[in-house]
Amino acid sequence: MLMRRKERAANLHSVIARLIVFCGILLFPALSVSGQTKNSCLDCHAKLDAPLGVTPEEYQGSIHAQKGITCVGCHGGDATKDDMLESMDVKAGFRGHLERSRIPSLCGKCHADAAYMRGYDPSLRTDQFSQYQTSVHGKLLAKGDTHVAVCADCHGAHGIHAPNDPRSSVYPTNVAQTCARCHADEAYMKLYKIPTTQSADYKASVHHQALADGDLSAPTCSTCHGSHGAAPPGVDSIQHVCSTCHLFQSQLFDSGPHKDVFAAMGLPGCITCHSNHGILAPTDAMIGTDKSAVCAKCHSEGEPAYATAAAVHRELVSLDNAIKRSDEILQRAGDAGIEVGEAQLALADGRDDLTKARVAIHSVQAAAVDQDIQAGLKVAQSTYQTGVQAMAELRFRREGLVVSLAAIGLVIFGLAFLIREIESKQKSDKEIMK
Amino acid sequence: MTGESVATPEVKNRRRFLELLLGSSVVASIVSFFYPVLSYMIPPATQELAADTVQAGRVGDLRPNTGKIFRFGSKPALLILTNDGTYHATSAVCTHLNCTVQYRPDLNAVWCACHNGMYTVDGQNISGPPPRPLQGFEVAIQSGQIFVRRKSTT
Amino acid sequence: MSPVPRFRKWLDERFGWDELLEFVHHKTVPEHSQSYWYFLGGMTLFLFITQVLTGILLLLYYRPSPDNAYESVQYIMAHVRFGWLIRSIHAWSANLMIFTAFAHMFSVFFLKAYRKPRELTWLSGMLLLFIVLGFGFSGYLLPWNMLSVFATKVGTDMAGQVPLAGHWILVFLRGGEDVTGATLTRFFGFHVAVLPGLATLLLLSHLLLVQRFGMSVPPRVEAAWRQNPSQRREIQFFPNFLLRELMAWYVALAILGALAAFKPWGLGTKADLFAPAPAGIRPEWYFMFMFQTLKLLPSKIGPIEGELLGLACFGLAGLLWTFLPFFDHGRGGRSSRWITGAGIFAAGYIIGMTVFGYLTK
Repeated sequence: MLMRRKERAANLHSVIARLIVFCGILLFPALSVSGQTKNSCLDCHAKLDAPLGVTPEEYQGSIHAQKGITCVGCHGGDATKDDMLESMDVKAGFRGHLERSRIPSLCGKCHADAAYMRGYDPSLRTDQFSQYQTSVHGKLLAKGDTHVAVCADCHGAHGIHAPNDPRSSVYPTNVAQTCARCHADEAYMKLYKIPTTQSADYKASVHHQALADGDLSAPTCSTCHGSHGAAPPGVDSIQHVCSTCHLFQSQLFDSGPHKDVFAAMGLPGCITCHSNHGILAPTDAMIGTDKSAVCAKCHSEGEPAYATAAAVHRELVSLDNAIKRSDEILQRAGDAGIEVGEAQLALADGRDDLTKARVAIHSVQAAAVDQDIQAGLKVAQSTYQTGVQAMAELRFRREGLVVSLAAIGLVIFGLAFLIREIESKQKSDKEIMK
Repeated sequence: MTGESVATPEVKNRRRFLELLLGSSVVASIVSFFYPVLSYMIPPATQELAADTVQAGRVGDLRPNTGKIFRFGSKPALLILTNDGTYHATSAVCTHLNCTVQYRPDLNAVWCACHNGMYTVDGQNISGPPPRPLQGFEVAIQSGQIFVRRKSTT
Repeated sequence: MSPVPRFRKWLDERFGWDELLEFVHHKTVPEHSQSYWYFLGGMTLFLFITQVLTGILLLLYYRPSPDNAYESVQYIMAHVRFGWLIRSIHAWSANLMIFTAFAHMFSVFFLKAYRKPRELTWLSGMLLLFIVLGFGFSGYLLPWNMLSVFATKVGTDMAGQVPLAGHWILVFLRGGEDVTGATLTRFFGFHVAVLPGLATLLLLSHLLLVQRFGMSVPPRVEAAWRQNPSQRREIQFFPNFLLRELMAWYVALAILGALAAFKPWGLGTKADLFAPAPAGIRPEWYFMFMFQTLKLLPSKIGPIEGELLGLACFGLAGLLWTFLPFFDHGRGGRSSRWITGAGIFAAGYIIGMTVFGYLTK
């Protein structure tokens, strides 16, 4: 009552402000239903069966949904309207079921737009569409073949996960399976006259085993063939592809006679001996003149190469056996109680030399292999000597024991004689007593 | 019969010989018994450390940016002194095909000569075939000696 | 008085043991066709003393934890001077002792030395036999190699099969549900403290009883001597029998030394609790007959599990065997012959099953 007009206005302002805040607090839950913006598409289509059905789990697990890109992002239309005619109105931009031939360009509308993608994940590549256009799939699609793979065939349509998500169909351990969907289907691939053995071959390979054992950097289909720009590497580029990981073997191969010969003969580099999909762990048996050896595929008896192959095989086997021999004697000595740890450690160097020799083979020159083999044999020989000495130490112990056994033997004899003496004395004493 | 109770010189000699034989062989057997036992009780020169700890060298053995292979149990291990003065120790058994790795001062990294595998000085596999990191060890310095221990699990 | 008798007098004035020495001087040992068996008891005692001495020496270096046990045995074998000798003697002497213990028991059985008044000697002896087997079982684990860990697993599994108390026995033996480092610590405690304590007490009573009643003479010889007292032959314990016993002990020492030198006991591979059991796991030879029997029994006999029935039979046999003197009064007759027959069957069964167990991989 004693308040002046100014003070009363200030009071009113503060009351109104407080009222607004209070209402805001009440309305906040209703307003902040984030991610729960109306999606009339899902409301209906979640209740439908395939091929029109999309489950909420599938949709909400996808990376697009997580980033706020809804059905209308690809299919167009109006997701706020419940009425089918309104939500699926062409005038609202509804595209409906997407034609296979238009899928790559549709995905590319966002994924090839660097500025746009930067708003979501700046580190994502944006060249997938241009790569795809260079691929076998892309080229055939451009010619009108809709049987080939498009984006949705590998990545999925509604439940797309980021490639580094283990649930993704293009996660490293899942890639081979995804490719096999078409490439292992005989009926499907008959159109293209491509064999369908790749998947089975790959499953038997060391690369698949390495991937399965947890090394995600191990090669799968896309590693050698590319993912978006998928195409089989040409005969000339096979060595380049393999050498990204197998550098030493490639360099050695370049230094040897096979490089030019293979090129001249049009042989496909590494896979001539190692095969392309069913790459198995190499063994010493692959080198040599045996039927199962790869050398015998080209070289026959009488050729100098034949002799080289036989010699290299012999050397590998000899070092392998020498190492085994050293290992065996050191084991025996160690078990019997002689300290042989140093020698066992040194033997590891010999094993290293054998491993290196098996790499040196790629130079296809006996001299290079021989270098490692000789080094290894030296190690095997010296460790074997250590083993022999250890066994000699064992024998020395036995000889030492013989000395004490001799002393014990003397005692036994001495006791025997003593007993005889005492008892004959006792007997004679008894006789005297009688 | 009274013959046996009177010791003839031959009998006396034989008895003395037998006593000597018995006495000395008893002494010999006792010595061959006690000598090993007493030697056994003297502690050997090589101290047995717990299987988890090994003395890898002395401070000053390594120059900065060098590494050396030492024995941990029955396997090789690698001790590195980096330029910033810290010691790093890992197993030297490559996780690819068990070759012995080495420290490359020119690369400031651990390298495997067999298939070009590369690791950081702490054993992380960074390039080439190795599928897993090298097993790491703890380094402790005590009175000028460098001790390498298996990592404690706590 | 010359120095030695003067020293003896000094000791007697302070220990009062001249009476004891008198006893020893007058002690005699019967001599007859079967008297060679008398050496087995002393032989077992000698081997036990060897075990105690070598065991104490091993204790100076052995470490009873899973991280260190194998390495410490390796250290003893490779670095400690004559460690290989002490360890091999300990391992071989253990086996020889179990063998002589069994042989001693069987010789006492067949010579019927358990007759009155020696029933308690037999009882203490049987308990000693079980303790000796316990020594063997607990000691076998201590080197902590693959064979010993898995043999312990199998052995304690069998113990766990006993109805009602089985699981409790298993947990008590293992120090938990599985064979782990806790088992090693526990077995070590049994092996160096509990069993030696029990063995010492029983051994003292066993030896005292033997001294009290002297050596038993087989029934037939006893009968013959009763008819013809002049046929009775006895030899003096000191020095005659003792010198012979000493000879036997030296022979045993020589055998141990030879075995340690020519067939040293191996180290094996360090135990890895997470690895699968190595192929062909089997217990040491002294448990082989039980192991082989259980292997051969069908999984079910009627309504009862085969293994359970086997263990029950062994348990019952052991029990009856322990209380034997209360069944056989040794006065001859049919029951006595039955018991001898059972003994022959038992000895044959044990030997046969052991051999069989080794022949079949």
